[in-house]
Amino acid sequence: MNGREDARAGGRVGMWLFIATEIILFGGLFLLYSMYRLKNPADFHAGSLELNRVLGTLNTVILLTSSLTVACAIAALGNGRPKQSALFVVATIACAFGFLTVKAFEWTAKFHHGLYPNAKVLLSLSKGENLFFGLYYMMTGLHAVHVLVGIGVLSVMLIRVLRGAITPANPVYLVNSGLYWHLVDIIWIFLFPLFYLIT
Amino acid sequence: MPEHAPDIREYVPYFAYKGKYPGVLGWLFATDHKRIGILYLVSIMTFFFIAVGIGVLMRINMLPGLAIFTPQQYNAAFTLHGIIMIFLVVIPAVPTIFGNFFLPILIGGRDMIFPRLNLFTWYLFITGALLAMVSIFFGGGAVDTGWTFYVPFSLKTTVNVPLAVFAVFILGMSSILTGINIVTTTHQLRAPGMGFFKMPLSVWGFYATAWVQILATPIIGITMLLVVMERLFGIGVFDPSKGGDPLLYQHLFWIYSHPAVYIMILPAMGVISDIFPVFSRKNIYGYKMIAFSSIAIASVGSLVWGHHMYVSGQSDTAGIIFSFLTFLVAVPSAIKVFNWLATMYKGSIQVEPPFLFALSFVFLFSIGGLTGLFLGALSPNVQLHNTYFVVGHFHYVIFGGMGFGLFAAFHYWFPKMTGRMYNKPFSVVSWLILFVGFNMFYFPMFIMGWQGMPRRYYNYLPQFTDLHRIASIGSFIMVAGLVLMAANLIRAVFTGAKAPANPWGGATLEWTLPSPPGPEDFEEIPVITRGPYEFDKKEVSV
Amino acid sequence: MDTSAVREMPGTQPHGPGMCSYIVVWGALILLTAMTVTVAGFNLQKIAIIVCLGIAAIKSTLVLFYFMHLRYEQRLVIKLLIPIVIATLAIFIGLTFSDVITR
Repeated sequence: MNGREDARAGGRVGMWLFIATEIILFGGLFLLYSMYRLKNPADFHAGSLELNRVLGTLNTVILLTSSLTVACAIAALGNGRPKQSALFVVATIACAFGFLTVKAFEWTAKFHHGLYPNAKVLLSLSKGENLFFGLYYMMTGLHAVHVLVGIGVLSVMLIRVLRGAITPANPVYLVNSGLYWHLVDIIWIFLFPLFYLIT
Repeated sequence: MPEHAPDIREYVPYFAYKGKYPGVLGWLFATDHKRIGILYLVSIMTFFFIAVGIGVLMRINMLPGLAIFTPQQYNAAFTLHGIIMIFLVVIPAVPTIFGNFFLPILIGGRDMIFPRLNLFTWYLFITGALLAMVSIFFGGGAVDTGWTFYVPFSLKTTVNVPLAVFAVFILGMSSILTGINIVTTTHQLRAPGMGFFKMPLSVWGFYATAWVQILATPIIGITMLLVVMERLFGIGVFDPSKGGDPLLYQHLFWIYSHPAVYIMILPAMGVISDIFPVFSRKNIYGYKMIAFSSIAIASVGSLVWGHHMYVSGQSDTAGIIFSFLTFLVAVPSAIKVFNWLATMYKGSIQVEPPFLFALSFVFLFSIGGLTGLFLGALSPNVQLHNTYFVVGHFHYVIFGGMGFGLFAAFHYWFPKMTGRMYNKPFSVVSWLILFVGFNMFYFPMFIMGWQGMPRRYYNYLPQFTDLHRIASIGSFIMVAGLVLMAANLIRAVFTGAKAPANPWGGATLEWTLPSPPGPEDFEEIPVITRGPYEFDKKEVSV
Repeated sequence: MDTSAVREMPGTQPHGPGMCSYIVVWGALILLTAMTVTVAGFNLQKIAIIVCLGIAAIKSTLVLFYFMHLRYEQRLVIKLLIPIVIATLAIFIGLTFSDVITR
């Protein structure tokens, strides 16, 4: 065991462990979703019909593309091309903003129709639909917070790449930011079918 | 391995070393794992004595004719006592004080792998503590829900639930990051030759605990967030009028909070596993079984949470499954107890204060564990749930177990951390007073509980008067023992006799460093060629 | 190219598959997305959720293996981590299920 190699690989091990904790954080919400879906299958179906499948699919494509761009950013850095890497990071941040824009559009449309927690319209619907929307806002909301944090982290990484603080010999921070971003993508990969596609 | 004498010209104790920042800033901005351990020690023991104070007030309230609390105040008192003890003391104490101070040294390293993250966890800890304290005085006042924050009451009560549960969320983050630091450090920074099965068992304790911190704590995080969202926005996941199920709150809460008790006990058991061989002058019996039992307790212990919910509306089928799993988890703990006793058998016993605390740990934890079997069985639970029997059980395992394990660690590692020795006869006296008071305080609770005395009640029926009186007097004796123990140790920090590098004759790596260690720990990273408890290959220094 | 044989460079991630492979993986992910949306349109009733979650699992595996380099990872603790997390969540959800479905 080379002590120095071990110490430097530590950043990656630590990041993966952090990713594990994030998966379990969302896992608690998936637990609630599974129990309530089990008990209210028809209501969850009805709630899902209210969501815009086109926008959901668009957001899925945006996030998948952002995963591609951040992976390319790291590959570009490894190839010794920091400017190209920075461009890919910019592309990732742009995708993230795109995602949040679509999300904001979706949410405000729902608010307009009175489909938000404690709204009179929502309360007049079935209990299962109340649960569906409660979980919808909680889960996509927490996900959106993670997207926002990701924008912050990637912006910092962009500056560091441009300043030369992140180099092919010392890419740990960019690699770890990429891992975080892929996690954000994976969570949405599961949120999308569970809310937009269930029949 | 010859004693490593400190180089007098260059050696400076870690607490006297003058680095980049002067004075107090050298502590507040410290990244040295030993200084961070001391930061945690001072803050945690402060919170401990605050919570002890609240407990004393509660016991005064339970003396006949001395009802000093209104019912609302009593609810706030036991809630605060629980929140401080559980989240600010018992969960963090051994990993953040002794894990931080000693884990790097025990594996032959120089620091934790993420020193700045380490300091950040302490700031998160203090932030969570401050938020919890602030919530007492603002937004409706001190929380009165019990530390368990059960819905629907926690959603309806007008006190400051959101701030208190958000404080718990922040404390959870601190715990998670500590866990990540410990697992990564253990994997990446072991000295050459230190395979997993040459590590001291205290390291196995910290390591197994860290996995539970990583895998279970996020669930309490999301649960506390959900309570905040329910109160602020009414999302409805726990509200029956919107289709929510309050029992799912209990599931989520206990999915973390049961493994949390293993976060409490596993590091303490690890320290005890280090202590028994040293004071028996004999290698630990069944090293691998103890190591694996730590992993087994961490894993199986994460499957039993439903035993808190037998009478809450959970199905009988689930109850049977959880009860079966609960009985299973007793097995690895019993293996540890057997192995510690077998370590003493035919050993050369040195009766020193750490050993006394370790022995009483085994005794008290066993009582606590056995009473857990009563509670884990479905039918007796119907009678015993929410009675003083439960209060007695968890104080025996948490205080008698983890608490005495913490005190054992203090008395074992004090000379290494401070470079001084405490007054041993005085510590034996304080131990005895503490031990007698503890049993006088908590044992009557089993009897009271069996006879039907409910927990979390500010008052009681006349038939329980005598037992409450005995318990309260016992509590005062116990607290006297605590105060004496603390006074003895604090005095020794300033005026204790100088301690040698290895006062107990231990064979683990910390005893090869000077007492106290310098800022860099090892001058040269050691190469490990023997196990942690092989005394025949070690020269003993007294 | 047998990238699993590439020696892990000290301190960096395991050597990844390169940009061309990333684009291929992205293409597969888009395709799978199209599949899952299409399948949702059929009236599959009970097995719909299994199919959709199954496709989600395949997409996540592609992201984990190729974008996050799990396929090329040498460290055991990282390789075992996702199975451990899945097992943990399965236990939490499964045992809670055992209550909810039998009440």
